[in-house]
Amino acid sequence: MTPVVKASGLRKNYGELRAVDGIDFEIGRGECFGLLGPNGAGKTTTVKMLTCALPVSGGDITVEGLSVNENPRGIKYLLGVCPQEVNLDPDFSVVKNLIVYSRYFDIPAPEARRRAEELIERFHLHDKLERPVEDLSGGMKKRLLMARALINRPSLLVLDEPTTGLDPQSRRQIWEEVRTMKKNGLTTLLTTHYIEEAELLCDRLVIVDNGRIIEQGTPMQLIQKHLPDGGNLEDVFLKLTGKHLRDE
Amino acid sequence: MNNPCLLRNISYRAWYMWRRNVDVSLVTWKTNVLPPLLEPVLYILAFGFGLGAYVQQISYAGRAYDYLAFMAPGMVAVGVMFHATFDTMYGAFVRLRYQKTFEAVITTPLSAEDILLGEILSGATKGLFAGAAILLIVTLFGLAAYPSSLVILPLAALAGLMFASFGLYFAGIAPYIDNLNLPIFLFINPMFLFSGTFFPLDGMPGWVQFIAGLLPLTHVVNITRAATFGTLSAPLLWDLLYILALTAFISYFSIRKMKARLIK
Repeated sequence: MTPVVKASGLRKNYGELRAVDGIDFEIGRGECFGLLGPNGAGKTTTVKMLTCALPVSGGDITVEGLSVNENPRGIKYLLGVCPQEVNLDPDFSVVKNLIVYSRYFDIPAPEARRRAEELIERFHLHDKLERPVEDLSGGMKKRLLMARALINRPSLLVLDEPTTGLDPQSRRQIWEEVRTMKKNGLTTLLTTHYIEEAELLCDRLVIVDNGRIIEQGTPMQLIQKHLPDGGNLEDVFLKLTGKHLRDE
Repeated sequence: MNNPCLLRNISYRAWYMWRRNVDVSLVTWKTNVLPPLLEPVLYILAFGFGLGAYVQQISYAGRAYDYLAFMAPGMVAVGVMFHATFDTMYGAFVRLRYQKTFEAVITTPLSAEDILLGEILSGATKGLFAGAAILLIVTLFGLAAYPSSLVILPLAALAGLMFASFGLYFAGIAPYIDNLNLPIFLFINPMFLFSGTFFPLDGMPGWVQFIAGLLPLTHVVNITRAATFGTLSAPLLWDLLYILALTAFISYFSIRKMKARLIK
């Protein structure tokens, strides 16, 4: 089966700095793929190149066979992006946020309204339908971002640190949603700082550091390979990337 | 997107950004509708009636006019400038830096150029709306000749594009929001005062007239005034040409500058 995403020799330079230094990976259909790494490792840069928010310096990345170099607009129709930072429209209500966003994908208004209400129901925000987004808690905002990412029925969902800054209840709720989407066969790219999250959700993952992939496999494979005497994925992560502090 | 040619990345989707901004304006309409309607009333009261009581007649283009009639078209042009420039200057800056709106929209099928053209279009819409609102007030005071004053509407749309582009450019070069005081001090306020808005430029020293001739607002004021006086004439096509050329130039560079900030 052809992969949904294929990155080959992907590079991003900022002057002398090689933020992403030749990365290769594939994401299969229906797979939840994890991109792990300490701050400044090149995760966000990789995601931004995939979402066509940053031009690539070298190599290529394709989504459903479309190249970011040749058809960024075509790719953007296929993506659902749930960003790290909350960038909802503070002037709009919950439902209006989804409707305005769906316009960007040429979704006609009645269909947009239908999808918006369906997603709001599914993400347990129906009490807040007409409320301004400012009234939402952090966890609710994240759920709304996730709902927004699904409005165009994407082929690939990109979750960029979806649970950073959330309380344990909200985190669990987000995980539950990701599991449900996985069951429905949605292909997902997940970046996270929480190794526990990757262990729970990802079928396969890569660990990046200094712009390169330093290890890849299923969570189980990585644990067995690096810590045959037992441990968890976080121990593997720290063993591979070192314990010194990283700053972005 | 990755195509270096800006024009090729522009699509109908710019209207989606325009609609988003217009939708926001409709949510916050009270603060958007009342100032353009009330500001000119204040100016007309203060300058027209207050100052006009002392400066009863003013000589312009070989004819004498009431001071109120002279300054009223200037207020229309100033309204377009203020509302269009401020909409993109502060609005786009806030959407870029604080609300992260552009970051959200850039992952949808809109290109950076679509987003930024949408910004210019919605800024121009605000300018057009303000111009039309002030023209309405000026008309109610009996200070606008018709049908020639109808020319002011398409002119306000064009001037709106130009000033919204300037605003976007300033937003694109300002590292912090406080830096936006600088273009207000160096560009907006001098235009407000020295574009023939409150007094004819004929009496000014030659070098002031020369600089005023470079200021975009001067040319908008020239056409607006001739329209409200009912004295539109062929030489004003030079003013129009200047506005068109400057609009093309600054809209291109503002999009280029802001794009560089959006996509690194």
